[in-house]
Amino acid sequence: MARAVVSERSPIADQVEEEMMASEIDASNLETRELNDRLRDLMLSGKRKVSISNICGQRYIGTRLYSQNRLRMEIEIFGTPGNDLAAFLYGHTIAVHGNAQDGVGNTMDGGEVIVKGRAGDVLGFSMRGGEIYVRESCGYRTALHMKEYEGKRPVLVVGGRSQDFLGEYMAGGIVIVLDLEGQTHQANFIGTGMHGGVIYLRGSVEQHQVGDQVEISPVDEADRAVLDQYVSRFVERFPELGMDKEEIMGSSFVRLTPRSKRPYSNLYAY
Amino acid sequence: MKSFVFPEFQIIRDEESCGQCRGCERQCAFGTHTYDPAADRIVSDESKCVGCQRCVIFCPKDAIVVRPSPSFYRPNASWSREKIEDLKRQAETGGVLLTGCGSDKPFRIYWDHIVLNASQVTNPSLDPLREPMELRTFLGRKPDLMEISSDSGEVEIRTELYPNLVVETPILFSAMSYGAISYNAFRSLATAACRSKTYFNTGEGGLPFEMRDEFGRCAIVQVASGRFGIDAEYLNTAQAVEIKVGQGAKPGIGGHLPGEKVSASVAETRMIPQGTDAISPAPHHDIYSIEDLATLIGALKEATNYEKPISVKIAAVHNFAAIASGIVRAGADIIAIDGLRGGTGAAPKAIRDNVGIPTELAISSLDRRLREEGIRNRCSIIAAGGIRCSSDIIKAIALGADAVYIGSAALIAMGCTLCQKCYTGKCNWGICTQDPRLSGRLNVEIASMRLSNLISAWSHEIREMLGGMGINALESLRGNRDHLRGVGLYDWELDVLGIKGAGE
Repeated sequence: MARAVVSERSPIADQVEEEMMASEIDASNLETRELNDRLRDLMLSGKRKVSISNICGQRYIGTRLYSQNRLRMEIEIFGTPGNDLAAFLYGHTIAVHGNAQDGVGNTMDGGEVIVKGRAGDVLGFSMRGGEIYVRESCGYRTALHMKEYEGKRPVLVVGGRSQDFLGEYMAGGIVIVLDLEGQTHQANFIGTGMHGGVIYLRGSVEQHQVGDQVEISPVDEADRAVLDQYVSRFVERFPELGMDKEEIMGSSFVRLTPRSKRPYSNLYAY
Repeated sequence: MKSFVFPEFQIIRDEESCGQCRGCERQCAFGTHTYDPAADRIVSDESKCVGCQRCVIFCPKDAIVVRPSPSFYRPNASWSREKIEDLKRQAETGGVLLTGCGSDKPFRIYWDHIVLNASQVTNPSLDPLREPMELRTFLGRKPDLMEISSDSGEVEIRTELYPNLVVETPILFSAMSYGAISYNAFRSLATAACRSKTYFNTGEGGLPFEMRDEFGRCAIVQVASGRFGIDAEYLNTAQAVEIKVGQGAKPGIGGHLPGEKVSASVAETRMIPQGTDAISPAPHHDIYSIEDLATLIGALKEATNYEKPISVKIAAVHNFAAIASGIVRAGADIIAIDGLRGGTGAAPKAIRDNVGIPTELAISSLDRRLREEGIRNRCSIIAAGGIRCSSDIIKAIALGADAVYIGSAALIAMGCTLCQKCYTGKCNWGICTQDPRLSGRLNVEIASMRLSNLISAWSHEIREMLGGMGINALESLRGNRDHLRGVGLYDWELDVLGIKGAGE
């Protein structure tokens, strides 16, 4: 992920500047809070790129990177970060070379998370902006209560499969589950209470696997355009898969959408 | 279907005084009053009246009286009029009964069975007009030990302190979200909180962007199960963050802000599309254990750079004190405990009137439990649910609370008459509505002044009562149950409250 530099200066000067703005952290002996202190200090000192090695279970990476002037960092993580990676993330980019645990992108506001492995439970919970790409599968309660507002539309693409309660209470955003190994979707209670947003599944899903509030339909041209855009980005982010977009787009997809924006409107006596 | 429910209220209009000005017609959003041009008189449809008294108060001729309808079903101790009518409504609609405000059922109000002490002869009472009386309260975790040095004559605290909220009086405005209440009501609470050096709580509906700079300094922002309107700026602009787990009016269930109330501005603040239901699920689906709660508390501390106390609000239910102990151990700096009579903009009536325990008993249980476990200093307690006057507050503090949240009391100060129709969105007082015609009736300057007046009046009364007990700092009263006695209570109630009977 090279930084795009538009400059009249020599390539060497750019390279020097880029190195000055980059930094490395060895997380072997760092507790969560110490690690996040370091990250915050680096952000405030103007670093734009940080590489963290030997991560093992430290939580909340990226969470403390709020700044009023909206500074942005690119963070590369080697190892397995702990829960709530990128919780409340405010526009940064995080790439994990390894698996991630529970709560990735919890209430995430913006930015991008790439997981070169699998993710745990409650992935993208209440996420309201930005994009998350997971190369392999994810756990339970994925994209629960994801929501959108006008131009801010969160996107989650999962290369493998999700477990139960995918998209429960979903209120907005786009979820794409690719099941690249073609094992078929086994999750139940998909989209229970869903009242906004859209879920695309490669392959198919049975009616009994989805909530009462969910409509299963074939994808149309407009859906294919959306899928094309995010499947391309998925493939770009995981070149190690050796897949091309056309191969994935050649498959069949189904679209899950809510039957109503107001699932509970007839529940009450007035 | 013909409704078999008869009108709840009777409207009596003095035809001689009435000037047919049609003011009552304009005031009523429920369409109770209409002008009949043929007869040149106002007619009223009593079946539409909710008893909010707006027309009565605004009638320039004082020509209207609204009172409970004298019609009755055959008296029956088991089948009260309310039970019969609720049943009929459900038979007619097949729906869950909704209601607003706190429970109106005759559960024992312990405040009214507790009396305060006063000094006589020995330990003379203090005159708050002459003596400095300290109501300032610090909310948040306190250190286990405090190291103080006074080497150079200057007293200095050596121990690193945890972030605390400072209030000049132990009264905060309870969580009421923009969306549930009108923009003007929300802004009035914020304005009064800043003016009276206390805090308002945004509830779970976010903090409008244009209010962040001006009112962030006196805001507690909420993170609830719907996670509406939350971004890092929202969390950082406030002085504390509150995780809402439960609410006294509806413990164990979530909430639905109906799509009709999600206006363009509410949608922008909550960050959801206009007109969709804003659904708060019953639990936080990322919190199924104390360990999960600790994770969210940790995330919020990280997101706010460890600069702000984190509060957790729970409803008072049977075993809540044990859970609260877990919440403190999970890292909460403040526990807000909301009791049985806590208010709401909308709750199923079956839940509101049957679930939870009274605030008074809850405060005492919680304070005792945390003291017994030696962790009382690790969190502050804010008590909520049914606080009606300054003496309720001083009793709450003597039972172990650090401060109180007021919700219904604040709304009443702005004009609310507890008609309990908040969920209809047609509040004639401009408080619980998103209809611009109605919310425009609430003038922010006047409403916020009424709120500040209330805070100042109650604060003065608290000083008077403290002085009467010979105490000059609220800190000395906290958990000091010796200053309380019970009247007309059973032994088990005195035990739970930790107080003696009067005369003992």
